[in-house]
Amino acid sequence: MEYVKAFVVGGLICVVGQVLIDFTKLTPARILVGYVVSGVLLTALGVYEPLVNFAGAGATVPLSGFGYTLAKGVERAVREDGLLGVLTGGLTATAAGISAAMVFGYLAALISRSSDKSK
Amino acid sequence: MKPTPGEYSKMTGKASPPSSFVKDMILAFVCGGAVCTVGQLLCGLYQNAGMSQTAARSTVSVSLIGIVAILTAFNVYDDFAKFAGAGSLVPITGFANAMVSPAIEFKTEGHVMGIGAKMFSIAGPVILYGTFASAVYGLIIWIFRLF
Repeated sequence: MEYVKAFVVGGLICVVGQVLIDFTKLTPARILVGYVVSGVLLTALGVYEPLVNFAGAGATVPLSGFGYTLAKGVERAVREDGLLGVLTGGLTATAAGISAAMVFGYLAALISRSSDKSK
Repeated sequence: MKPTPGEYSKMTGKASPPSSFVKDMILAFVCGGAVCTVGQLLCGLYQNAGMSQTAARSTVSVSLIGIVAILTAFNVYDDFAKFAGAGSLVPITGFANAMVSPAIEFKTEGHVMGIGAKMFSIAGPVILYGTFASAVYGLIIWIFRLF
């Protein structure tokens, strides 16, 4: 059942992105920025956490889940460290993902040759 | 020629087959849902292995990013992206691909201004605005805690 919930909710969140691609002129970069900021905003409003509890990875794997992690991280850091936590919370909570993308991205660039994208 | 939004949608409606956006959406739903289901599967495995829920979720992100790095290096992810549309863009896999793909493509421009700078052409704004939003939220929480 948890897989069905993850599939349906994750799929629906992606459909929203597809609507944005098909019916607006937003570039992928703008859409991704929109998802992350929406994730922070919806978490701050208390809307996103219930969705995470319901759908698990269906809500955490989409990029809005990245915003959720940022927001939960800053909540925890402000609780523990006060004002300093405002600046440390977000990136601390998302450090694994960001570092992984940098490290794996660099390794991938080292082992592969740039290919002609136009073909 | 400058069509109004109404005219423009009529023109695109004529130019593109009517079912294409329905097909796009079904593909985005199925592919995006499938990526999230893989995430859910991994999350369960990691929690069974003794990880906390938070650690398991982070490790799921790391795993998906690692898989995408390999698929992008072997030119497989681009094909999936063409097929899946937003189903490949919106999950964390799209973010990973947006870093790995330019890193590979601009390798010829050098390790610093090529790989190093181009890696962040899409990821940079995402990290900036995400972090900025979280800092604003953190500041609001901190101020409310004073009273």
